[in-house]
Amino acid sequence: MCVDFVSGQRMQPFLVHTGLVAPLDRANVDTDAIIPKQFLKSIKRSGFGPNLFDAWRYLDRGEPGMDNAGRPRNPQFVLNEPRYQGASILLARRNFGCGSSREHAPWALCDFGFRALIAPSYADIFNNNCYKNGLLPIVLPEAQVDRLFADTAAFPGFRLTIDLEGQRVSTVDGSLAFDFEIEPFRKHCLKHGLDDIGLTLQHADAIRTFETKRLAEQPWLA
Amino acid sequence: MQRTLYDKLWDSHVVREEADGTALLYIDRHLVHEVTSPQAYEGLRLAGRRPWRVESVVATADHNTPTKDWNLGITDPVSRTQVETLDANIREYGAKAYFPFLDRRQGIVHVIGPEQGATLPGMTVVCGDSHTSTHGAFAALAFGIGTSEVEHVLATQCLLMKKAKSMLVRVDGCLPPGVTAKDLALAVIGRLGTAAGTGYAIEFGGEAVRALSMEARMTLCNMAIEAGARSGMVAVDERTIDYVRGRPLAPTAANWDRAVAHWRTLVSDDGAAFDVTHVFDASTMSPQVTWGTSPEMVVPVDGRVPDPDRAGDATRREGIERALAYMGLEPNAPMTSIKIDKVFIGSCTNSRIEDLREAAAVARGRRVAGNVRLAMVVPGSGMVKAQAEAEGLDRVFVDAGFEWREPGCSMCLAMNDDRLEPGERCASTSNRNFEGRQGAGGRTHLVSPAMAAAAAVEGHFVDVRRLR
Ligand code: SF4
Repeated sequence: MCVDFVSGQRMQPFLVHTGLVAPLDRANVDTDAIIPKQFLKSIKRSGFGPNLFDAWRYLDRGEPGMDNAGRPRNPQFVLNEPRYQGASILLARRNFGCGSSREHAPWALCDFGFRALIAPSYADIFNNNCYKNGLLPIVLPEAQVDRLFADTAAFPGFRLTIDLEGQRVSTVDGSLAFDFEIEPFRKHCLKHGLDDIGLTLQHADAIRTFETKRLAEQPWLA
Repeated sequence: MQRTLYDKLWDSHVVREEADGTALLYIDRHLVHEVTSPQAYEGLRLAGRRPWRVESVVATADHNTPTKDWNLGITDPVSRTQVETLDANIREYGAKAYFPFLDRRQGIVHVIGPEQGATLPGMTVVCGDSHTSTHGAFAALAFGIGTSEVEHVLATQCLLMKKAKSMLVRVDGCLPPGVTAKDLALAVIGRLGTAAGTGYAIEFGGEAVRALSMEARMTLCNMAIEAGARSGMVAVDERTIDYVRGRPLAPTAANWDRAVAHWRTLVSDDGAAFDVTHVFDASTMSPQVTWGTSPEMVVPVDGRVPDPDRAGDATRREGIERALAYMGLEPNAPMTSIKIDKVFIGSCTNSRIEDLREAAAVARGRRVAGNVRLAMVVPGSGMVKAQAEAEGLDRVFVDAGFEWREPGCSMCLAMNDDRLEPGERCASTSNRNFEGRQGAGGRTHLVSPAMAAAAAVEGHFVDVRRLR
């Protein structure tokens, strides 16, 4: 679930999440791969899940408005493997989400059912966009990510528990646990599903004061 | 204390700061286009909010618009809906300036911002588009944002963010003739990698950067995002001021003098400390061609396709193998042996008048090679197009067998009809060679405008300096 505009709730609060892990073992996965450009013509925020990784997931060429259920799937693509159906945690490699600023990438990941990502690094804009949609992009060191890739491959049904408050990723039986960092402000917003526009507008007076002074000092900006 | 240009730009826009360093940053200029704005306006509407300062908004339709048969309008109904949605949103909420589809000043958002004087030194400039880094050429703090942030800026005129670390990319020496800002950008990315700038704001400096024209600086800053940095910037000098003077939205009269006095302070102080400095020697650089599916997969034109067997680690080897399979290339093949099917000269990286002049200088008196199915030139804006036509460049291109199109993003990302078919190979002046970027299964090689024109007339990659 992503930002829900009808109910007015911006994000589903993130507290503790346990889910099946799917591995995507390539570095520099770009946003064109996550959601190809032809799907960016939509003026909505939802409905991108069936076209997540479209060029890798399907054997034909995807276009907006197609009935995706009937399209030929690429059996080689990892997310199509039966053992990863229902995955909600995506394990990835470095520089995940590089490329364009399209927020359609996290929208598609959310819509598909992912709640969290684990990778050694993310591109900056993508990383930001994830937080805005309640999708948690966890950074772990390369060696720990390697370990998770190995365990995901070795144990069908491999699940992880993500405890945002405790900032910890662990196996369900607790045999393996890694701590992760997150900025306090982002953690706060995720935990409460906060609309950060609302938060910012609490400082409307400060913004107004700053703006008035700025435009007085630099009138050419008006 | 000595401050970097980035420090100065950052400090002058902080409205307030949280204990953890998260700042509320004031935004001066908000550039808007049709693809990343509809959901933001919709969010605004549903929350019952109004734009904070509509005078900050400058908008255009560029990503989805066709580049020919403008008399037919936008025939793809989904694209048309998106463009009409932008029209309706601007009509409802307003803007300082709007250059809609068919306006003679319409064009790629990153071309028209500077061209109209909507981008000024010292500003914070944002847009729901990663190549907003382009505007950093004006000593502006310019970066791309996602749609939620577009809405946030519309509603509050601010963004919540943390200060990035600073990186100086210092380019000493002079670029040899025939080697351009695009080659410089690709060479830098080739050495640093596409993630080197993650978490950094890059300032480009040094003798070679000072020697670049404003348009060339835009090309360089445009590619900062391909090095992973949200923003790239160049300090103000006389060239910056000369470029801005007289632009439609630039300050005038007494305001001009005050602005210029302020703009001259927008340089890094002597001795200011950067978190990281990378030094390059421009004099050793040559024209670049990418061979793979990431901008860092690049070699000089006299180089060869890399051999995965000689890659260091396993992830790297697999990356090369996967890229070569996608690109349909053999290890160790000379880059000049690679034949192309299409040529695209355009995009916010290389569609300004100087780019077109460079390409035209190569095309003049030559013919597009027989194996090239389509060579197209897409000016960055209506103003660039008019200027090129006034100089007769359109005739040069058409006589050489190129198609001369209407402005827009076009085959840079292929949201409109301009695209590669599966397996087609393209010499492109755009910025991304990702899988499927220019069309599903299409193969993109990034080059400078002169190199693209040279590839067009030879039918394969060639060192443009040999044609001169
Ligand atoms: S020209 Fe290409 S990179 Fe530039 S704004 Fe348009 S689509 Fe994006």
